[in-house]
Amino acid sequence: MNDTTALIQTVDFFTPIVDDPYLFGQIAAANSLSDVYAMGGVPLTAMNIVGFPIGVLDKEVLLAILQGGQNKVNEAGALIVGGHTIDDPEPKYGLSVTGTVHPDRVLTNAGAKPGDCLILTKPLGTGILATAARAEMFPDGVRAAMASMAMLNRLAAETAAQFSIHACTDITGFGLLGHLYEMTAASRVRAEIDSQSLPLLPDALSAAASGLVPVGAYTNRSYLKQVSFSPDVSEALRDIVFDPQTSGGLLYSLAEQEAVKLLTSLRAAGLKQSAIIGKIPEEGTGEIYVY
Amino acid sequence: MFTNVDARGLSCPQPVIATKKALDSITDGVVVTIVDNEVSKENVIKFATANQCDVSCEQRNGAFYIRIAKSGSAEPSSTNNQPLVKSGNAPSGKVVYFINQDVLGQGSMDLGAVLMKSFFYTLTEMEDYPRSILFVNSGVYLTVEGSPVLELIKKLAARGVTILSCGTCLDYYKIKEKLAVGSVTNMYTIVGEMNSGPVVTL
Repeated sequence: MNDTTALIQTVDFFTPIVDDPYLFGQIAAANSLSDVYAMGGVPLTAMNIVGFPIGVLDKEVLLAILQGGQNKVNEAGALIVGGHTIDDPEPKYGLSVTGTVHPDRVLTNAGAKPGDCLILTKPLGTGILATAARAEMFPDGVRAAMASMAMLNRLAAETAAQFSIHACTDITGFGLLGHLYEMTAASRVRAEIDSQSLPLLPDALSAAASGLVPVGAYTNRSYLKQVSFSPDVSEALRDIVFDPQTSGGLLYSLAEQEAVKLLTSLRAAGLKQSAIIGKIPEEGTGEIYVY
Repeated sequence: MFTNVDARGLSCPQPVIATKKALDSITDGVVVTIVDNEVSKENVIKFATANQCDVSCEQRNGAFYIRIAKSGSAEPSSTNNQPLVKSGNAPSGKVVYFINQDVLGQGSMDLGAVLMKSFFYTLTEMEDYPRSILFVNSGVYLTVEGSPVLELIKKLAARGVTILSCGTCLDYYKIKEKLAVGSVTNMYTIVGEMNSGPVVTL
């Protein structure tokens, strides 16, 4: 818009991944707002995008979804300024979000440099635990996954704004390695991930080992040819690094010294499961090695 | 006795749920689950393996026939709804370790701390891993942030050893938020684990 303010516009919506309509509204909104945070911006306004089977489901359900979304938009310090609803046999909800960012502070996934460390701000396993929820198994892990998905990436983004970030992306449908690959390919580097340092939701490993692995994890896995694994990495962990995430954490690439400080700040801010999960050893063509 | 589960046309996780139901309804015998896609096949095999069943699979006419043999001596597949982790790569160690304090042995605490570290290091070097490690009372200090053996326990977890910490104990010491490896469990699961294999108490 001018020398100090650039606009960010994003849109994202999806079908219910949980039965509770209020929680679904919260998760969908947190997921939509995350795109702005991943670009280093601050959300300003949002518009609801709703598909709803009018006359089939109770109107209360729609209200609860919208209230869940409103709750998260308020928490983000933004305003809902309108929206659009259509009659749709399958409910859908999400937001189109407008945010602002200083033009010099726009984060992309293309700036990772050799010598960087990678920080992930939320634990992995939401896709696997959403599958566990449908199977009515692993209730503790499912509860933790719901809470994690409903959590905004605001705190992580505000904390990271104090640091010199080289690249950022948010972890969603392509899973940790899918989004990391977008970053390494765009940055022309390769990455190494320490699988034992990955933050995991409770029960995620057990649920993966029990076959509660969503189709998307298999699709992500077959699609990504640039990934190699040390034989030590268990099958369950391999499923987790490809697990499609909903409203996942932010993945930052920044110089090692800065990364150590950012990690301390993130944990002090309450993001206890933030972790340094790997590094960028050298230039490359996007290859990822997991050990 | 044979039970057939025709899960063709079902999407994930329905084939796993149908297989679980069939296995829960028998104490021993064979369940054959039929699926029509690779993902369901992989998931059903993972589920059966995690529940200590013998699994084999053959492909006929575009469908996968997964033969799952459950023997009466194995524990029921639905122990507290939590099948135990046994990843594809994990060796088949069956021992359950029960750790009820944060040092090894009685006597000098300093010596006990050194011995505990040495114990976990040696365990990671062994070829045969335990099936699970249960942490109760002050033992839960070993699975939280700041534990001197955290990295070693993480290594075991990554190799498929189930790490379970007593939730009541974590609450009592007010360190539940600091849990850094494995998952929180209850006495029901702990007792179920202890009944399912030889237990070594430290």
